[in-house]
Amino acid sequence: MMLGDLWKLFLENKKALAGLLILLFFVGVALFAPWIAPYDPRGNKLVDQEVLEESRGRKQTVERTQLDEFTEERIYDQTFTTRTKETTVKFPLKSPPTSKHLLGTTHSGQDIFSQVVWGTRVSLSVGLVTGLFTTLVALTLALSAGYFGGRVDEVISLFTNVFLVIPSLPLMIVIAAYITVRGVVPIILILGLTSWPWPTRLLRSQVLSLKNRDFVRVAASLGEKPGFIIFREILPNMISLVMASFFQSTMAAIIGEATLEFIGLGNVSVVSWGTLLYWAQTNGALLSGAWWWFLPPGICIALIGTSFALMNFAIDEISNPKLRKR
Amino acid sequence: MKYLFRKLSLLAFALFVAVTLNFFIPRMMPGDPATELVDKMQGIPPEALESIKVAFGLKTDDPMIVQYFKYLGNIFKGDLGISLSRFPTPVSTVLALAIPWTLGLIGLSTVLSFFIGTVVGIAVAWNRNKRAASWTVGVFIFIRSFPYFWLGLLLIYLLGFRFEVFPVGGSFSPYVQRPSWDFFVSVLYHGFLPALTIVVSSMGTWILTMRNNMINVLAEDYITVALAKGLSLKRIKTLYAAKNAILPSITGFAMSLGFVVGGGLLTEMVFGYPGVGLMLFQAVQAKDYPLMQAIFLFISTAVLAANFLADLAVLVLDPRARDGGR
Repeated sequence: MMLGDLWKLFLENKKALAGLLILLFFVGVALFAPWIAPYDPRGNKLVDQEVLEESRGRKQTVERTQLDEFTEERIYDQTFTTRTKETTVKFPLKSPPTSKHLLGTTHSGQDIFSQVVWGTRVSLSVGLVTGLFTTLVALTLALSAGYFGGRVDEVISLFTNVFLVIPSLPLMIVIAAYITVRGVVPIILILGLTSWPWPTRLLRSQVLSLKNRDFVRVAASLGEKPGFIIFREILPNMISLVMASFFQSTMAAIIGEATLEFIGLGNVSVVSWGTLLYWAQTNGALLSGAWWWFLPPGICIALIGTSFALMNFAIDEISNPKLRKR
Repeated sequence: MKYLFRKLSLLAFALFVAVTLNFFIPRMMPGDPATELVDKMQGIPPEALESIKVAFGLKTDDPMIVQYFKYLGNIFKGDLGISLSRFPTPVSTVLALAIPWTLGLIGLSTVLSFFIGTVVGIAVAWNRNKRAASWTVGVFIFIRSFPYFWLGLLLIYLLGFRFEVFPVGGSFSPYVQRPSWDFFVSVLYHGFLPALTIVVSSMGTWILTMRNNMINVLAEDYITVALAKGLSLKRIKTLYAAKNAILPSITGFAMSLGFVVGGGLLTEMVFGYPGVGLMLFQAVQAKDYPLMQAIFLFISTAVLAANFLADLAVLVLDPRARDGGR
């Protein structure tokens, strides 16, 4: 299925459209975070300064120089006085949602709505970058294994199958615990390095089946170069599967990031959905009844996850007609 | 037996890779956490320092390859080093305390979830044109997108805090005598919420897998023939469709096991359930590297063993696998 056809079928599918709309909503939130978030996500007060009056006073002359008969130079010292009114509004601590704080505040008074909005930026971009990274790694491995076959395939398949059965979460935790640099980049690398086997396996079998189709055989017998066959004949015909594994990987990455950060293995000063949950957990939000603190980030993750799941489901239906409703 | 041999050698190789990773991860990380750790630990008894140095290969002048074989030898002897946070207890002793809880909680709930999910998957596929079926699928797609630990938080908040139906934290009541019937009941009572978390959040995967397999099988010609022959619907559903659809489901189960176990570990962390997951969390917090690595090895071994059991099940159910080679 070619890209254009896929896109058309995709938009005609109700599930896909719903998923796409949810995703676009969050992308919008991430892009316009500075305009949507009412407060600084890390601040816990609002400081407002108003200048009441400005007066300019002139003090005595300090220096007077007669340059020549006609020219005289004077240097004045001037002082400006301003009267300023500074109003500091401290945010309430651990407050339930109010009209000023739509999702309440944290134990130190930060606005949770602003944190969720800014957190969308970090969580979504980490997810998308990791998803892209994982898919590219998987696609490269799958294409080389599937197309070249033989030894290359044997080695790649072996390691794919091996890493498929080694549980990835404990592996991630152990690697993250050894990395002393805390931050977004290590998380992307760790997630990418532990999540390539699934998509690789999926994509490889597709490459194998395409490689034996007539049109690819014809291209090969016409003497086309491997590069042409791989990128012009095989790749365009597996776009739907590539998309599916991109969605899957991105979703896994968003959950994976939240998990690592929740355990405290991320940079806890970054504002993201995962660190929001980390702080909520560390400050006992749960058992003091602060539902507004841990519910929103989880719901956001679940919504994003659902959006990817819906799009994946739609792709499944499009490419596997048996699953379509009759 | 060719099938069994192939599977067994893959799992053995996977185990070898896990053991090797376990050796190289701490030695390949930038920033040298081991030296940092030793520098920080000047106050602790010199024997402890020695054991850390040996564990990280800091003390020895042996080349890496010799260290590696010594490490392999130690693992064969069951010597996993000394726990730093519970010095001077050997890691294996500390780990042994947590293993039964994890096997009980994660093992039972995973199997339970697979059975329920498979049965629901069959029902959903059989009634796939009914509204209730598509709603069930939709709900579980949504639930599947939650991070495991977040579903746990939600249940703790609702059933542990708000309505105080279930206890929060721990695996049994400290006030009952063990072993006794009361103790057993208390264990079930404390294990209910974590088990529910695991069952509910992993069930969606099995439902979807089974549903898709079932729908694929239902489109096969022999089902149409069976219908035409006028066989009873129940017979077609169970003996013709479900029996054939369950094979790929079991293979899928084996492959997803790593993810499910990861989720189970997180559930333990959230609920303060004294299993391997919570211990991993504590080891990460306390920078107890030997314990952390032993836990990784244990989890990998357990998942690989479970994989082997799933392979055996396929062998029993699938004559093609028994005849060797697929």
